[in-house]
Amino acid sequence: MAVIETRNLTKRFGKLTAVSRLNLRVSEGEIFGLLGPNGAGKTTTLSMLATLIPPSDGSANVGGFDVKRDPSKVRHSIGFVFQDPSSDDLLTGRENLYLHALMYGVDMRNINEKMDDVLKLVDLTSRQHERVRNYSGGMRRRLELARGLLHEPKILFLDEPTLGLDPQTRQHLWTYIKKLSTEKKVTIIITTHYMEEADMLCDRLAIIDHGRVVALDAPDRLKKKLGGDVIKLQVKRPNVAALKKLGYVKHVQREDGTLMLTVSEANKHLQEILKRVGEVENVEMRSPTLNDVFLHYTGSEIRDQEGEGGFFERMMNSNR
Amino acid sequence: MSELTGLYALWLREFKVFQREKSRIVSSLVQPLLWLVIFGTGLGSSIEGISGTSYTSFIYPGILAMTVLFGSLFFGLYIIFDRRVDFLKEVLVAPLSRTTIFFGKVMGGATDGIIEIAMLMVLGALFFSIRFSILSAIATVLIILLLMVSILSVGLIIGSVMTSPEGFGLISSFVIFPLFFLSGALFPVQNLPSWLYVFVVINPVTYAVDALRTVILGIGSFGLPLDFAVMTAFAVAMVLIGTQAFKRMKV
Repeated sequence: MAVIETRNLTKRFGKLTAVSRLNLRVSEGEIFGLLGPNGAGKTTTLSMLATLIPPSDGSANVGGFDVKRDPSKVRHSIGFVFQDPSSDDLLTGRENLYLHALMYGVDMRNINEKMDDVLKLVDLTSRQHERVRNYSGGMRRRLELARGLLHEPKILFLDEPTLGLDPQTRQHLWTYIKKLSTEKKVTIIITTHYMEEADMLCDRLAIIDHGRVVALDAPDRLKKKLGGDVIKLQVKRPNVAALKKLGYVKHVQREDGTLMLTVSEANKHLQEILKRVGEVENVEMRSPTLNDVFLHYTGSEIRDQEGEGGFFERMMNSNR
Repeated sequence: MSELTGLYALWLREFKVFQREKSRIVSSLVQPLLWLVIFGTGLGSSIEGISGTSYTSFIYPGILAMTVLFGSLFFGLYIIFDRRVDFLKEVLVAPLSRTTIFFGKVMGGATDGIIEIAMLMVLGALFFSIRFSILSAIATVLIILLLMVSILSVGLIIGSVMTSPEGFGLISSFVIFPLFFLSGALFPVQNLPSWLYVFVVINPVTYAVDALRTVILGIGSFGLPLDFAVMTAFAVAMVLIGTQAFKRMKV
């Protein structure tokens, strides 16, 4: 059953089309990733699904409600963890949760147990009575996650949840997110530009570039679809034409002196390739990673993000 | 029902923050006390009282209004900081109507403000020989509340369209000080030259000061019915504009 379904979902900011005719179906309990470079339209998509901004065109059904017609019902059934922390740093962690519960109309009869539960889930029980001001970045993220879960949403949106966190904390968060999906059957939509994160977490992912879905499948299948292994060559004057004649070379990409080849049964054909390509300085051969998939579809290496957020955030900032 | 609990949540947030920021309470009392003690005594020692009261007593109602002006307007403007820490986002995304969010803010600000005013009333009675009866104390609080709702709304309206705190100084110079100086808080309005009088009578705060002075000291110029009519109209107008401004505010 589809928990989220979009039809030609489109968002334009003036002349710029941030998201273009997006069609997605996400099933219950799935961890679905939106992967893309900065400005690809990930956050904009998420914001539309979470009713933060209205779509310019098309429609989206989230948790059984239309984002345009019933935004308030959609909001009751979703949780949202923002790119930037949005808890009140003058209040304690527990107080933040309590206010959230009140605002989301959570049944207050056993609110204390519920808060205990989510705090335990994200490992903040011992720090719950401290002001958020004193929390580290990772703790804040975990608090946000706990808050996003408090009203027991059917769907949880995570916008770059591990941005700027240290590897250890990131690992922790991944564990929590996995746990949510398996134990609580929460459908999770996550945007990220970390390849390993997408690889580790997502059941399926959509690679988005320039507001369009360029590939959509399970991470493993995306890798398989490349149809072979990756050979990275450093060649001064590569003979690309000769390579293209070889049937087992599926894809050639050139960037300065570096060639990226996708080759079926690479170990068998390596010798032949080396012979034809020219004066080789360096060879590297490996199974394809998600990064290779990404390169294949977007034609560019993912750019490192400096924590200032994606396109949508920059749009908002430029309005400030 | 959920809108009501949401309203309670927003109020609770403001109240908790207020309780923690003890320095804010102290500093909000210092300014009015400086006016009363130094300005009141200073100018009061070279003029005979006005309408039979000492100058310090005369400006006391005006200083109450001033405390509301500064406190409430800046309270509203502070949503800019909420926006910066993104707490505002959490609130705006919650399944609450924008009207509820607006009133939550107003109620929170009014609670903070009334506590400050109550302290000033006690100090006034103890040290500035202001005599409150139960009736005049209740009337004072009512007038203050009406003024507070208006000024909080003005602050929230400006705050909802303002994008950075850099404009704070501008707001002080072009909104708060003119409203304060032209309200008759520091001088009687009867003998003013007509060019100045015009500005005084179109300033809605004038009527709050006049009402406070009538209730506390028994001296006033416009009469309570007119005072209340103007204040109520001002409050209703600002609340209406404020709720609209909140509906338009972007996440």
